[in-house]
Amino acid sequence: MNKITRRQALGTTAGALTVLGLAGATAHAAVTRSRPAAPAAPTTPAGTVDEVYQGRRIRIVPASGGDDHGGHHGGHQAPGQPTVLIDGRELHVMRNADGSWISVVNHYETFSGPLPLARAAVRELQGASLVPMGGMR
Amino acid sequence: MTIRKNQASLTPEEKRAFVAALLELKRTGRYDRFVTTHNGFIMGDTDSGDRVGHRSPSFLPWHRRFLLEFEAALQAVDPAVALPYWDWTADRTARSSLWAADFLGGTGRARDGQVLDGPFAYATGKWEIAVRVDGRSYLRRALGTGVAQLPTRAEVDSVLAMPVYDAAPWNSSSGGFRNHLEGWRGANLHNRVHVWVGGQMATGVSPNDPVFWMHHAFIDKLWADWQALHPQSPYLPAAGTPNVVDLNDTMRPWNDVTPADMLDHRKFYTFDTEPVPAPAGAAASQR
Repeated sequence: MNKITRRQALGTTAGALTVLGLAGATAHAAVTRSRPAAPAAPTTPAGTVDEVYQGRRIRIVPASGGDDHGGHHGGHQAPGQPTVLIDGRELHVMRNADGSWISVVNHYETFSGPLPLARAAVRELQGASLVPMGGMR
Repeated sequence: MTIRKNQASLTPEEKRAFVAALLELKRTGRYDRFVTTHNGFIMGDTDSGDRVGHRSPSFLPWHRRFLLEFEAALQAVDPAVALPYWDWTADRTARSSLWAADFLGGTGRARDGQVLDGPFAYATGKWEIAVRVDGRSYLRRALGTGVAQLPTRAEVDSVLAMPVYDAAPWNSSSGGFRNHLEGWRGANLHNRVHVWVGGQMATGVSPNDPVFWMHHAFIDKLWADWQALHPQSPYLPAAGTPNVVDLNDTMRPWNDVTPADMLDHRKFYTFDTEPVPAPAGAAASQR
């Protein structure tokens, strides 16, 4: 994936997060307790998400963050993908060619961005913890 | 010769034999290795990189080979067993005999999605979910929850009518028969059924639910039906395509089998209802 595509991906993500964040706050007002994102700092990339949803902490760090928790260590994911963490455990996610997203717990259903994908994973997990997957065979 | 039958027409004895063979593969650990293989491919297959099992032209021959390997494992337990197929256009509700306690068991309870009846319920002690993406070790389902309706026969027919097997860029954004059958575009057939079943079937470790094999046996039959309708339409791409399995490229993880080897299912099994060749006269020339 080249840099232009990555930048476009991040732009799309940030826009989607803004819109869907508002929609999510309305749709899940009873169960969502969003809290402010981490204090702005040079190491916090745009598009970072840090919220509590249905009692689970969702963190999303864009791939271009360059800090210690922003990169993929598994080596099997395409560049330009964010790291999605639920209560500190990584959720395997993938971006489709049309810009939609899937995760390993909703692998046959597409989502418009990492945040709706992460929230769907929280609902699917019903309180269960993710387990490390060990990457590619 | 193996004959794959519609699950709705199985006798009670055929159902018992199929279930017993599944439980034996599970007991020996053989079953879970298939789950691991599938999940490895589903996480590794990407639209912009190497793709073999999913979101690519080899989705169909890869799963045909995967099912053949699984069926051979079942037959090593009981030579009389064949994979049944689930025609979800016909048996399309949670009240189907497929989900009865003498076969796969029913949907999960509301609280945690746990399947409570049938041979694969956690309480039997014989079906622990070991290859998993989260902490839950019981089989889960939520029939008809993630999406309300299974695909209809008319939707299937509209996809079978597509004359071109697959098209560039050979991934989840492609036009053509394969991607519409897989479900990333259009009416959404294969993907939607995974979502309709819910539980593990909606995840990368979907073969944890035995219905996986019956769902894919029907997808495989639809490929055969499509070939009969379009005998002049070849597998594509033919050669020289980066990241994609061409007609005569070998497929991982076997590395000794190509899509060309998989085109004619009748080398391996027949269906209880074989597809009727198109009436053009040139039928079967591609098979």
